[in-house]
Amino acid sequence: MSGYNPSQRRPDGAALAMAGLLAVLGGVILWDAARLHQTGGYSGVGPGDVARWIGYALLALAVWSGVAAFRETPVRPPRQDAVSVLWVAGGLGAQILLLNTAGFAIATGLLFAFTARGFGKRNLALTIPVGIIFALVVYLVFAGLLKLTLPAGPLEHLFLGK
Amino acid sequence: MEALSFLMQGLSVAMDPMLLLYALIGVTLGTAVGVLPGIGPALTVALLLPVTYGHDPAGSLIMFAGIYYGGMYGGSTTSILLNTPGESASIITALEGNKMARAGRGGPALATAAIGSFIAGLIATLALAFLAPYVVKVALAFGPRDYFALMCLSFITVSSAFGDSARKGLISLFIGLSLALVGIDQLTGQARLAFGVPQLLDGIEVTTLAVAMFALGEAFFVAGNRATGDDQVIAIKGSVWMTAQDWARSWKAWLRGTVIGFPIGALPAGGAEIGTFLSYAAEKRLSKHPEEFGNGAIEGVAGPEAANNASAAGTLVPLLTLGLPTSATAAIMLAGFQQFGLQPGPLLFVTNPQLVWGLIASLLIANCMLLVLNLPLIGLWVRLLTIPKPWLYAGIMVFATLGTIGANPSPVELAMLLIFGLMGYLMRVHGYPIAPVVVGLILGPMAEQQLRRALSIAQGDVLTLVGSPLSATLLAFSVLALVVPMVLRMRGKGQMLSQLAAEED
Repeated sequence: MSGYNPSQRRPDGAALAMAGLLAVLGGVILWDAARLHQTGGYSGVGPGDVARWIGYALLALAVWSGVAAFRETPVRPPRQDAVSVLWVAGGLGAQILLLNTAGFAIATGLLFAFTARGFGKRNLALTIPVGIIFALVVYLVFAGLLKLTLPAGPLEHLFLGK
Repeated sequence: MEALSFLMQGLSVAMDPMLLLYALIGVTLGTAVGVLPGIGPALTVALLLPVTYGHDPAGSLIMFAGIYYGGMYGGSTTSILLNTPGESASIITALEGNKMARAGRGGPALATAAIGSFIAGLIATLALAFLAPYVVKVALAFGPRDYFALMCLSFITVSSAFGDSARKGLISLFIGLSLALVGIDQLTGQARLAFGVPQLLDGIEVTTLAVAMFALGEAFFVAGNRATGDDQVIAIKGSVWMTAQDWARSWKAWLRGTVIGFPIGALPAGGAEIGTFLSYAAEKRLSKHPEEFGNGAIEGVAGPEAANNASAAGTLVPLLTLGLPTSATAAIMLAGFQQFGLQPGPLLFVTNPQLVWGLIASLLIANCMLLVLNLPLIGLWVRLLTIPKPWLYAGIMVFATLGTIGANPSPVELAMLLIFGLMGYLMRVHGYPIAPVVVGLILGPMAEQQLRRALSIAQGDVLTLVGSPLSATLLAFSVLALVVPMVLRMRGKGQMLSQLAAEED
């Protein structure tokens, strides 16, 4: 009426993606709830019912998001430096892969170095040794003094002698 | 004056040297994480949960509460000297405090923040002690339906009443509620959303989710935004001591901040920062020197700093008496209680009065320790701010994973940490609030249990949910808390609400 036609603008991609994700999540929950054996007891509400309500709510939110994607002005998120984020995430990935074979100190030392790389300390030849020493000290304090169980590898055995 | 005699008993418990040590560790750690930008008290308590497992419950809980109080003190230092708030409840302090520091009055700004925090913490902790027995008496009469209604109110206020979009808040909340479904149903023992993965049968660990979303999400976010230049720490020039005029202008602001902050913390409205915004607005209106606001008015530091400490104490009222967390830190502390097999609520006051009153009394002691840590030793904390970011965040990542590895060194658990961390990052980038996810995960199963219990008692009659005056009132408030802000936003008055956005602490 006022000459405003929402379909002329490009929809908000992030909100659309969120709508899709919510719909999938809601669908999975509804599918899972449908296969549950219903034993409502006195309440008449079994284990699947609450799950089903949450599933429906997610679908409703998906619709809301989808509508908002076309009608609201998209808010541009701040520009992101993807490479830095990937370095930090990669550090975590390296830690997960190495933890049970190489032990806490080496795996966590790599996490330390990759995180520092993501924040701008590029010299891995310096940061990896620093990281491993730091993680080893953390290991000795927490596993040795505070009795926390941490996965041990060759370095840890060398220091705690087992 | 039964509260007074309980408090005296509590003091005698809290004077135990071991418990004093725990309190000291707590406030020291709390001040440190409050000072460091990027990590807050919620995260620190979450990191320490696995480490304290198997230690003394009373000592650990006292330490957690000390971290909460300490975080509120420490945050002001960063705000004043760096213009980057150390935690979300100190955002307002940065407005006037940093201006004061630039004008060479950083010392008095730090002093009024520390003394204001002390006075507010003292008054609010006493208020907690005197109020708790009354709330407990009321709470003993609560039935399952009343608890369910209370949790609904909590869900709505945490997720959608404040912030810039009800939709985004509700989405965050329901993501948390969905995650809460994972695992074995508490009443029938059936597995939900486990997909045959044995590690999922236990459900998603609150600590894993909290550490991932708060610590990892924040680290990813800072890494992604690295382009912005480095911040300058402003050296403290001149005297730390406040002049007579500073005192005269501060003391009323401290008291007003306390009066505003305490009830805001106690209400299920989430977050200490809301009280700081209201306190700042009140000081600006009442000040005799309105022209100084924006250029370093001391009231603008004194009021909000008092308010955030008062609301930290206020948050403990519903947490201890009802078992209801109203902020992310309180939610993690609830997980801490549950780790030791304790369920906060009216019964805890009856079954374990020594622990509850010891905890409350130790807060008074912690408050005094914090005054000492934050006034004469302020120079030490400022030095923490000079750690370069790469080393700081590398260290944060090590400690963030340490807790999870110590609790459960399985690749599945660590993969969840990574996935939730990336989820927290993306949510931050696109402006979805984080706290509702954590609150949904913690309160979701409790709400479901109370709901099913209430319906069992009424043999499936849904009308029972509005059957008691209390539950009907609370549910009506929940609907109002959902609808009124949406109407306000539609009429273009949403700006005030988005300023009140509740963040992580």
